[in-house]
Amino acid sequence: MSLLSTYIEHIINVLPDLVTGSMITIEITSFALFFGMILGTISGLGKLSRTRIFRYPCIVYIDFIRGTPLLVQILLFYYGIPGLYSNATGNSLNIDPILAGIIVCSINSGAYIAEIVRAGIQSIDRGQMEAARSLGMTEKMAMREIILPQAFRRIIPPLGNEFIALLKDSSLLAVIGVHELLKTGQLYISRTFAAFPVYIAVAIMYLILTILISRLVAYSERRLGVSDRS
Amino acid sequence: MIEVKDLYKRFEDLEVLKGISVDIKEKEVVCVIGPSGSGKSTFLRCINLLEIPSSGEIFIDGERITDKKININKMREEAGMVFQHFNLFPHKTTLENVALAPIKVRKISKAEAEKRAHDLLEKVGLLDKANVYPSSLSGGQKQRVAIARALAMRPKVMLFDEPTSALDPEMVGDVLGVMKDLAKAGMTMIVVTHEMGFAREVADRVLFMDDGIIVEQGTPEDIFSNARNERTKSFLSKVL
Ligand SMILES: Nc1ncnc2c1ncn2[C@@H]1O[C@H](COP(=O)(O)OP(=O)(O)OP(=O)(O)O)[C@@H](O)[C@H]1O
Ligand SMILES: [Mg+2]
Repeated sequence: MSLLSTYIEHIINVLPDLVTGSMITIEITSFALFFGMILGTISGLGKLSRTRIFRYPCIVYIDFIRGTPLLVQILLFYYGIPGLYSNATGNSLNIDPILAGIIVCSINSGAYIAEIVRAGIQSIDRGQMEAARSLGMTEKMAMREIILPQAFRRIIPPLGNEFIALLKDSSLLAVIGVHELLKTGQLYISRTFAAFPVYIAVAIMYLILTILISRLVAYSERRLGVSDRS
Repeated sequence: MIEVKDLYKRFEDLEVLKGISVDIKEKEVVCVIGPSGSGKSTFLRCINLLEIPSSGEIFIDGERITDKKININKMREEAGMVFQHFNLFPHKTTLENVALAPIKVRKISKAEAEKRAHDLLEKVGLLDKANVYPSSLSGGQKQRVAIARALAMRPKVMLFDEPTSALDPEMVGDVLGVMKDLAKAGMTMIVVTHEMGFAREVADRVLFMDDGIIVEQGTPEDIFSNARNERTKSFLSKVL
């Protein structure tokens, strides 16, 4: 009984830290998803482009990011690039860990979102583009007015999955000292050695966040999906 | 008004059109019939450049649309196309489907485009469906909206690619009715169709295509009652 009450006490004590950490996690994930969507839309379209100078860089970017672990990307960006900079210039370069986290996660999710965007666009019936073109719309106009709005509705569910995956993967940023959810828990453990209750609490916090996101996704799906049943 | 000269179209090693030449006058209604795979759709799609001809020339109103320097989008504005599978925009209401291209392409005001769409929907008998999404329309209604959508661009010629083939039999009449009205109003039309009754009644001229060429052409009477070519006869004996 006293073990349980000790655990509960630890959880109550760590909770404010975990809430603060969650805020950082949400902040990083949201920014990364936002920039990832921009990057992903551009490179997803780029991968579909007929022009090689657009297509090839996009393919290299997407394949490189998807083919290497996020942890390696984080370390490469946070330690590797400043290392290269100081070797090359003799000066040192310090990157803010949170900023580094946002940048790496944006680049990472951009590659996954690119594939989501590409698949979404390709899932739209060819007849839609043909109808738009037959009405005299340019390819760009048809993309903007006809294809992308329809593709966007279809990519909301996979985008939601990407959001959840990104939120969980952002815990890797603990290794470069970002005070996100996992790291705040670990810092508490290093002071108190209360590994079990704190990791349980951390896990439950992630669970709450991911459940909230899937609710949000389901809601926006319902809001946007109404008119698109052909 | 539409002049096609020695049109060839190849997809990789498959030659689909093998020298098509035809002149179509203003207000003429031309029906194109022929077996599956004979190149009817490809021919139609070449006329509004959804397919780029491999060789040959096409003129619309004296303008050579096969000219490499010509603005393809500009040319497509002049030829309205109606597809077998309607291809309405599912994320736009019926009215928006019709008004979109005039606003975005012709750059007319939203109010004017909606007025135009309103009138066209009335003409095809679907004014009461102006604010619904295509998903709630029947096939015949969808196709009539698609016709209104193409007409909203005020094209010089309307191209129909089997507009009734995907419809339940009881819907076919409504769509053909709209097309008949259009023909009566003096629209230049090229219609690929399996509706021989429609061709017989409405067409000024019938083209029979087989294997990438126009095998025989003439008035509906010439083709349906007095076909001379064996291939035409054998095709008609199967469909009539
Ligand atoms: N984009 C394409 N790429 C390759 N082959 C094609 C393409 N479009 C059409 N074809 C081929 O060209 C031939 C003629 O096709 P087309 O659609 O013009 O025939 P059709 O007369 O309209 O037939 P149907 O009555 O079945 O519609 C067919 O063998 C078809 O497979
Ligand atoms: Mg066809």
